[in-house]
Amino acid sequence: MVQFHRHHGGEGTIVVTRVEEPSKYGVVVYQPDDGRIERFVEKPREFVSNKINAGLYIFSPRMLDRVPLRPCSLEKEVFPEMAAANQLFALELKGFWMDVGQPKDFLTGTCMYLNHLKHVKPEKLYEGPGTVGNVIVDPSATIGANCRIGPNVIIGPDVVIEDGACIKRCVLLRGSRVRSHAWLESCIIGWRSTVGQWVRMENVTVLGEDVIVQDELYINGGRILPHKAISESVCEPQIIM
Amino acid sequence: MLKAVILIGGPAKGTRFRPLSLNLPKPLFPVAGYPIIFHLIDSCVQVEGLNEVILIGFYQNNDDLTRFIQTAQAHFKIPIRYLQEYTALGTAGGIYHFRDQILRSNPEAFFVLNCDICGDLPLQDMLEFHRTRPSTSVATILCTEATEKQAQNYGVIVPHRDSHEVLHYVEKPETFVSTTINCGVYLFSPEIVTVLAEAFQRNQDDFVNGRNTKRDMGALLHREMSFSFPETNGKEIIQLEQDVLTPLAATGKLFAYETSRFWSQIKSASSAIYSNRHYLQLYHKTYPERLAQSKSGASRIIGDVYIHPSAKIDPTAVLGPNVSIGSGVTIGAGVRVRESIVLENVTLKDHCCIMYSILGWNSCVGAWTRVEGTPMDPDPNKPFAKIDQGTLFSHGRLNPSITIIGPNCTIPDEVIIMNAIVLPDKDLSSSHKNEIIL
Repeated sequence: MVQFHRHHGGEGTIVVTRVEEPSKYGVVVYQPDDGRIERFVEKPREFVSNKINAGLYIFSPRMLDRVPLRPCSLEKEVFPEMAAANQLFALELKGFWMDVGQPKDFLTGTCMYLNHLKHVKPEKLYEGPGTVGNVIVDPSATIGANCRIGPNVIIGPDVVIEDGACIKRCVLLRGSRVRSHAWLESCIIGWRSTVGQWVRMENVTVLGEDVIVQDELYINGGRILPHKAISESVCEPQIIM
Repeated sequence: MLKAVILIGGPAKGTRFRPLSLNLPKPLFPVAGYPIIFHLIDSCVQVEGLNEVILIGFYQNNDDLTRFIQTAQAHFKIPIRYLQEYTALGTAGGIYHFRDQILRSNPEAFFVLNCDICGDLPLQDMLEFHRTRPSTSVATILCTEATEKQAQNYGVIVPHRDSHEVLHYVEKPETFVSTTINCGVYLFSPEIVTVLAEAFQRNQDDFVNGRNTKRDMGALLHREMSFSFPETNGKEIIQLEQDVLTPLAATGKLFAYETSRFWSQIKSASSAIYSNRHYLQLYHKTYPERLAQSKSGASRIIGDVYIHPSAKIDPTAVLGPNVSIGSGVTIGAGVRVRESIVLENVTLKDHCCIMYSILGWNSCVGAWTRVEGTPMDPDPNKPFAKIDQGTLFSHGRLNPSITIIGPNCTIPDEVIIMNAIVLPDKDLSSSHKNEIIL
């Protein structure tokens, strides 16, 4: 990135990445030979380009002269000006990229990252009885008997998984607990939360900090705010305050 | 001496109980571990002096029924006979047709029970009541209270407050008449045969004279307890409710005995779950040895649970409340079953969770799978509310109800089956919710 920036000598470099659905993001139109950015198109209605702003920039210090002393958006105000002055260049990112602002994408990003680790640092991945595929387990976590963990699971510090649990495509944050025989797929379990026995959770269910889900419930796409105790099933995706 | 007649209907009845009644006559469906009709026979043999049970219906060449009758005779040690109607004769037509057999040996009286009911039936008390009626009485009908609105789905009785005579009887009125409903249990003196003969004659005359045939057929087709086939010509059909009880009202011959003990119709799978719960509870009083106990080293039991001795259950499973497990069932490690009926030879793989469901014979549920239905219990805010038999669909959507897995189905690992009805012999491959799976 630094090499490319020094080479073109302009005020700024934006890393771009190729995505399948560019219209969800801001699209960058640039010259293929030298990377000079022509313009930006926010959420285009027609196909313009499949490269989007990946959120990584390098600036030369003189670029600061363009920034006014008031609340100001880099992307909306400064960049278009820099592009018009031919000072902004795009560098395409090689490798995986994911915007992890949304829980659904966070989980997809987790899968991508674990896959990356498998290729470059496989020793960081965990293998033990009952694990399947790419899994990270913190050394302070405990896993019970007859569990099935993975693929694509991250288990944080001080997490407790009881016997017979099945966990796939989930991220379990510090101190959370999954009671026996529960089945979880595509979930994010917040710090110190507890998932009851025989609970089934799926479809990007997110538990905030210190949430308790009682035994034998079904949570489908629930977004549960912190410190909540859930005593009834959530059959359709919704936010529980 | 006394006898009991149980009207068991035929294959065209019990359609709302499908897919569970596709392979097995509905009266043989087990609730709390024993067939519906077994519980009824059990109530009958508790009556002092009752020593014969007659089943009347139009199931033909049915092996399950034949086998049941043999087993039941051996168990109860009284003669149990099946008299097959040559064609559907209506709720009273069979009684009239077989009157000679029923009245052989001159019984003092005979009970008649519909087979699609369940309850803690006070037959001995009903007998005492019948014996103390005026000499004009020929029939006592068991009745109970319902809510105003629900009463319109049953036979409705207006009893005299003091004499308990039935002043008025009407079947499924469209307007409010009374909250007292017909339980489908009767006690008849032998003189009832005269009344039946009169009804028979009336119907014959009406038929011959071309009178009222449309009313008959229309009424027949809407009758809860009617046994009509469209093909029958109708002239031999006698409907107990319409042709016998209605004209008997206010003649000094028909009396009502009220009960507030548990009673329910069994029309749908939801009512089977409801009755399962109540019969299990009744076992505390009647057959406490049938209820499973929690023992160390065995699976944990919560509340009322029936387990057939041949079932194999992992010690880490947790069962109940209100669960019946049939013979030959295999339950794996860490399985949870609640408020459900598990029929014979079902296999439940490790960690699965079964709630408010009926699992059909020989089916298999995969590991970690969740099979869940929605209970349809009577409204707890209304006294005397009965279970709503309800409709399958409303506003084009399937109503949430008890999940039924038909016989010989296979449910894979890790899926959820919720509020679904799965027809027999189905091999599922994914989750399903709120669907009928053909």
